Amino acid sequence: MRGHGVTGRGWLGPVVWLACLAPLLWLAWGLAQDRLGANPIEVFTRSTGEWALRLLLITLAVTPLRRLTGWRWPQRLRRLLGLYAFFYATVHLVSYLWLDQFFDWGEIGRDILKRPFITAGMSAWLLLLPLALTSTRGMMRRLGGRWKRLHRLVYVAAVLAVLHFFWLVKLDVRPPLVYATLLAALFLLRLRPVRWPGVQRRQENS
Amino acid sequence: MPSEITPREVWRERRRFVQTGVAALAAAALPGPAGAGHGGRRLAFRPAPGPFRTDEPPTPFKHVAGYNNFYEFGTDKYSPAERAASLRTEPWSVTVEGACEKPGTYTLEDILRPHPLEERIYRLRCVEGWSMVIPWVGFPLADLLRRFAPTSQAKYVEFTTLYDPEQMPGQRRRVLDWPYVEGLRMDEAMHPLTILAVGLYGEVLPNQNGAPLRLVVPWKYGFKSIKSIVRIRFTERQPLTSWMKASPREYGFYANVNPTVDHPRWSQARERRIGEFFKRKTLMFNGYAEQVAHLYRGMNLRQHF
Repeated sequence: MRGHGVTGRGWLGPVVWLACLAPLLWLAWGLAQDRLGANPIEVFTRSTGEWALRLLLITLAVTPLRRLTGWRWPQRLRRLLGLYAFFYATVHLVSYLWLDQFFDWGEIGRDILKRPFITAGMSAWLLLLPLALTSTRGMMRRLGGRWKRLHRLVYVAAVLAVLHFFWLVKLDVRPPLVYATLLAALFLLRLRPVRWPGVQRRQENS
Repeated sequence: MPSEITPREVWRERRRFVQTGVAALAAAALPGPAGAGHGGRRLAFRPAPGPFRTDEPPTPFKHVAGYNNFYEFGTDKYSPAERAASLRTEPWSVTVEGACEKPGTYTLEDILRPHPLEERIYRLRCVEGWSMVIPWVGFPLADLLRRFAPTSQAKYVEFTTLYDPEQMPGQRRRVLDWPYVEGLRMDEAMHPLTILAVGLYGEVLPNQNGAPLRLVVPWKYGFKSIKSIVRIRFTERQPLTSWMKASPREYGFYANVNPTVDHPRWSQARERRIGEFFKRKTLMFNGYAEQVAHLYRGMNLRQHF
């Protein structure tokens, strides 16, 4: 997750790296200081899940943004952002396994099979796992053309993550609806790439 | 001789009740541990009799009054505490209608006057999977309902919350079909555990907890315990409650706490007691099975969830 090779400008990588870590630090501080309200564990689990989703959408926004603007630098942050999305998804998952279920594997197994929102969340994480594992330069080289095909799984994971959120809210679907809308917008931008006037199409490197 | 007319046990119980009541009224005049002072007007009450209290430590006031589901003030749990100041609880009146001999509109003072207040320390289990222990101050709902002389047609009681988007900004969005409606079967309403609360922690109810008058039914999920009541209606047919309307597959009329009947989307086997790290097992009827299980004898609780 180190930012090496992330940007030619040097400082951007570390800054984004720290910015991505900030929500977790804030949550950890809040837990330690008992400032997360009456139900801190719920806040922790929910927030790490939401950050995973946000970072996933930001990662997916990189390519449309480049097409839209012609900027190349977002592309260099894509791996860092994607890995952070996976990192928050993992913290979210561990928080569920530990603080919600206390590693009661029987109960966890039943949850995954019986509850669509858990099934969706678990599947999303499992789809992100091979992407994280093949995110290195070495793996990119070794997989060649298959790498790109494999990494298209990120769209499936994003859809499942949004569904996971949708199915868990009791009544007020506004928050998951926001993510669903953003995701739909990103899909549309992929299907019909738009470019701001005057922006030249550059060679796309991945 | 009164002791010959009144069954001995009842008489003994009454006598003990009066004795503890007097002691409590004296005690209530002094600032007790529950009355450390949270800014509300102090109430005079007697302590909870026998089965109506739990020895589990009460959830701190800041959480009881700070973490609420009261969608009339927003769907977020912290919104009610932030926004409920706009609710005006004085003057307040309650309309009583339907199958009873004494319908009418009663002021809150009329409603409360004859009823001595007592403390009830109850567990509260939210359908979302968290729970609290709350020292309520209130009186048995049965005592109030009897005053209206319900007729033989009164099989259910329906309660309605205030509808006023000016005072309750959450009602400007139709997340639920306002006003909020809840209901009980008559025997549930008349059960001695069922109370109307006017306070908690020895003080008048904070607005976000359903001031000035709310229901507390400790063996049912929290959403049954309707807040800020303005109407009580006796009916022959089962009321259609707000949550049944919103999602009939997920919320039934009974909504008894039951660890063996899951919410369609999540398990109800365990709960997180606010303030505790580990989850605990949810108890049948929220731990009140001994007192209420007989109400549901012969009923399929999976069907009547």
